[in-house]
Amino acid sequence: MALSQAEVLAGIKEIVEEVAGIPAASIEMEKNFTDDLDVDSLSMVEVVVAAEERFGVKIPDDQVSALATVGDAVNFIVKVSA
Amino acid sequence: MSRRVVVTGLGATTPVGGDVATSWSALLAGKSGVRTLTEEWAATIPVTIAGRVAVDPSEVMERVEMRRLDRSEQFALIAAREAWNDAGSPDVDLDRLGVVIASGIGGVTTLLDQYDILKTKGARFVSPHTVPMLMPNGPAANVGLELKARAGVHTPVSACASGAEAIGYAMEMIRSNRAEIIVAGGVEAAVHALPMAAFASMKALSMRNDEPARASRPYDKDRDGFVLGEGGGMLVLEELEHAKARGARIYAELAGQGLTSDGYHIAAPDPDGSGVQRAIAFALRDAGLTTRDIVHLNAHATSTPVGDIAEANALRMALGTDVDHVLVSATKSMTGHLLGGAGAIESVFIVKALQERLAPPTINIDNMDPEITINVVRDKPQALPAGDIAALNDSFGFGGHNVVLAFRSY
Repeated sequence: MALSQAEVLAGIKEIVEEVAGIPAASIEMEKNFTDDLDVDSLSMVEVVVAAEERFGVKIPDDQVSALATVGDAVNFIVKVSA
Repeated sequence: MSRRVVVTGLGATTPVGGDVATSWSALLAGKSGVRTLTEEWAATIPVTIAGRVAVDPSEVMERVEMRRLDRSEQFALIAAREAWNDAGSPDVDLDRLGVVIASGIGGVTTLLDQYDILKTKGARFVSPHTVPMLMPNGPAANVGLELKARAGVHTPVSACASGAEAIGYAMEMIRSNRAEIIVAGGVEAAVHALPMAAFASMKALSMRNDEPARASRPYDKDRDGFVLGEGGGMLVLEELEHAKARGARIYAELAGQGLTSDGYHIAAPDPDGSGVQRAIAFALRDAGLTTRDIVHLNAHATSTPVGDIAEANALRMALGTDVDHVLVSATKSMTGHLLGGAGAIESVFIVKALQERLAPPTINIDNMDPEITINVVRDKPQALPAGDIAALNDSFGFGGHNVVLAFRSY
């Protein structure tokens, strides 16, 4: 069953808060991981692995660089969960 | 003209206190920081006691920062922040600021924890922060990054002499004009089942599990090995004129060092003590001191049956009859043995001793080993004389490394 955008966003907020210490309230769809949330390349690996585990999806390494914003990640996960 | 090196800042997190002031007070009060370990894994190894830091990093550090740092790196940042702040957080030329921080074993808990993850969950779950966390230069690198130090960031490794060697290396960097000011010290975070099982397998650790606070007992007839401790110590070392120009408070002078190697055995100290004797002689010569100037010594004295005697005999050979006027403190009786952090916290303690004119006690000597004929400070602190005085810090490491640092009152 496909995940909803809202539940994936809620999960991503929790993961980014855990990994990067960014308050969940300030994490929005249009925020850029690098420029807005200070998630560096190493921490992005942690976000991806945590998201895979949480949502039961695969995020191939060659797709990760395309996930610039929180929205990119949320939409990708919603799509592959379908 | 030769460049002199002084101490202008101190920091520490130890089994007896979360900072220098608390640690020093605990030492003067003769308090042990050794406890029974409560972790589940402790039941799987023969030794169940250790000196955990008195204040866990989680009490003074943000969670997000902590999770990217090995415990040894957490200790380094905590002690370095205190030391840098103590030095007045000076605004310095970053090209002339260095960092030299050692550890004996490096990020061993990260290495082992991530290996557990590899085995149980698979390669994809191994943290991308693993390498920067386990690398032995990680503590130095993280402090260097925080201070934006650009004169050089270094990590000498010589087992339990590492912390002292780092401080000596930093002194040479200032003397040779590579830097004006350096944060130098040592850390260790090896309280984990594997290193403890390994030290126990060597029969190096005390088995006095039922009396943790009484287990580390240098010079006592019934000592049976060292107690592992964790934590770290930092000194801000500074070129004398640089310190004077900015009006820094000067605690003491780091006047010299002596380094030798035994060429004898990978783990056992050379019983004839000639390596230690030569290191002391070199340190005195380097510092322009004579045996008569030395009034205090913080011994390596880890509470092992062979090591304590070998060192005491070497002290008598090196200092002659002047050894009778040296107040010897074995602070590992209270802190346990911090391995690569030992020489650093003990240097902090020496600087405090020179400043306050007090030699800290050695606890747990119920029956002095009759083979120990040096002047050990027992149970209560003892006053050091007024005037110009000097003190030595002994640190020795597996591999036959001997490092002696000479400090002088300023």
